Amino acid sequence: MLSIKNLHVSYGGIKALRGINIDIAENKIVTLIGANGAGKSSTLRAIMNLVKKEDGKVEYNGDDLTNLKTMDIVKKGIVLSPEGRRVFANLTVEENLILGAYTRKDKAGINEDIEKIYNLFPRLKERSWQKSGTLSGGEQQMLAVGRAMMIRPKVLMLDEPSLGLAPLLVKDIFDIIKEIHSQGNTILLVEQNAKKALEIADYAYVLETGSLVLEGKGEELLNNSKVKEAYLGSQ
Amino acid sequence: MNKEFLQHMANGISLGSLYALIAIGYTMVYGILRLINFAHGDIFMLGVYLTFYGITYTSIPWYIVFILASVITGFLGVTLERLAYKPLRGSPRITILISAIGASFLLQNAGVLVFGGRPKAFPTPEVFNKVISIGEISVALVNFIIPIVTLILLVILNFFIQKTRTGMAMRALSKDYEAASLMGIDINNTISITFFIGSFLAAVGGIMWGIKYPQLMPHMGVLPGLKCFIAAVIGGIGSISGAVLGGFILGLGEILLIAFLPSLTGYRDAFAFILLIIILLVKPTGLMGEKIAEKV
Repeated sequence: MLSIKNLHVSYGGIKALRGINIDIAENKIVTLIGANGAGKSSTLRAIMNLVKKEDGKVEYNGDDLTNLKTMDIVKKGIVLSPEGRRVFANLTVEENLILGAYTRKDKAGINEDIEKIYNLFPRLKERSWQKSGTLSGGEQQMLAVGRAMMIRPKVLMLDEPSLGLAPLLVKDIFDIIKEIHSQGNTILLVEQNAKKALEIADYAYVLETGSLVLEGKGEELLNNSKVKEAYLGSQ
Repeated sequence: MNKEFLQHMANGISLGSLYALIAIGYTMVYGILRLINFAHGDIFMLGVYLTFYGITYTSIPWYIVFILASVITGFLGVTLERLAYKPLRGSPRITILISAIGASFLLQNAGVLVFGGRPKAFPTPEVFNKVISIGEISVALVNFIIPIVTLILLVILNFFIQKTRTGMAMRALSKDYEAASLMGIDINNTISITFFIGSFLAAVGGIMWGIKYPQLMPHMGVLPGLKCFIAAVIGGIGSISGAVLGGFILGLGEILLIAFLPSLTGYRDAFAFILLIIILLVKPTGLMGEKIAEKV
């Protein structure tokens, strides 16, 4: 289980996170929702040690990850698919997937997993030799998710996987997240599309200007009047 | 085609090969750190001096000295990065650039102090002076060896960059540091490998340079360093094939200029700079440089 305790992050004196606590249980989908600038991405980036933590602790199954380097956190099986896809545009689709498995040494297993990803995303297979910079936004997002899965993550963190995608593709992406979850993965999902995220989440946290204001089971929050008003639209 | 022209071409190709080898170091480091490593020419100089001392003061066979000196120079490049650039990572680019200029002066002057300011003669192994003839042209053996060694190294380098995991990691790193670290790529290690390769190739180029132009001075790296930097810019800095192309254009151009317009011999070194200005005016990204436009 991944647990985040009393996490504080600031950027040049501006507080982005003011002491948040999150627990992510094994084999669950946990989602973090909130408006722009609420601190969702900062939380994920702080877990990966891409931004400095002012205070707080990150633990995974008793291991202290707080001060580990990003690459060592990845080696523990905690993986982040960053906001904005960030595929390596100068590398082919297949090379992106191979790099996703950078920390692994089992060549046969890697090839097997590449095939699995291709089954999950047939579009990627068609384009395996293309430079990933030439893919459409939706395809790049599939590649970003696939690349993150290549490491066989214990905890997969997805930052805005549906951002900027056409509604049809959004549905695809959420279906795939469910599919990945059903294979026994733990997922921490950050989304602006609160409705979709809550629908598939086992547990959810609501962030507002750096603090947690609500938490509960996905369906509970879906029916919570405050959440409805603020994030889901009035009906 | 007359004999004279072929002769000059052979010379130009061998000089171009040397420029290409050294230019690769600039372009690889730039690709990953966005840094112009001004001390690269001085790393080249260290490689030549190491070879000089190895051959002159030890009884190790020359070919082993060549390999040892190149490998040690590779590690010197790694050390340079650790001491002069790594502590400044994350600083504004201009800060690191100034550190590079400082490192360059430091190495040159340390060279004067340790090696002495007087020119030394490179102890060229006898075999390289042999003159061989192919068809109508006859040139020193070294001028044939240089392009061959360069070609072999380029093929190996290309394989490494395109096919190995570390090569892929380098390419990924050159695009996106943060995303690369999210793959579990060891950033420091990958940067060190980049410096090793660049410095190793500079040393190989340096040794062959020493055989071709057998005079050693602590400042000998300055002008070749500048020219190879220009070669990298002409080809499109950040692109390895561009650096090779730029090296050959510069080497061939320089030799052919002297050969056919002997009255301009004095402007030999100016040729590179004029070419640089023209390229920057006509195609600022260089011949094979990528446009910096990204889909968001």
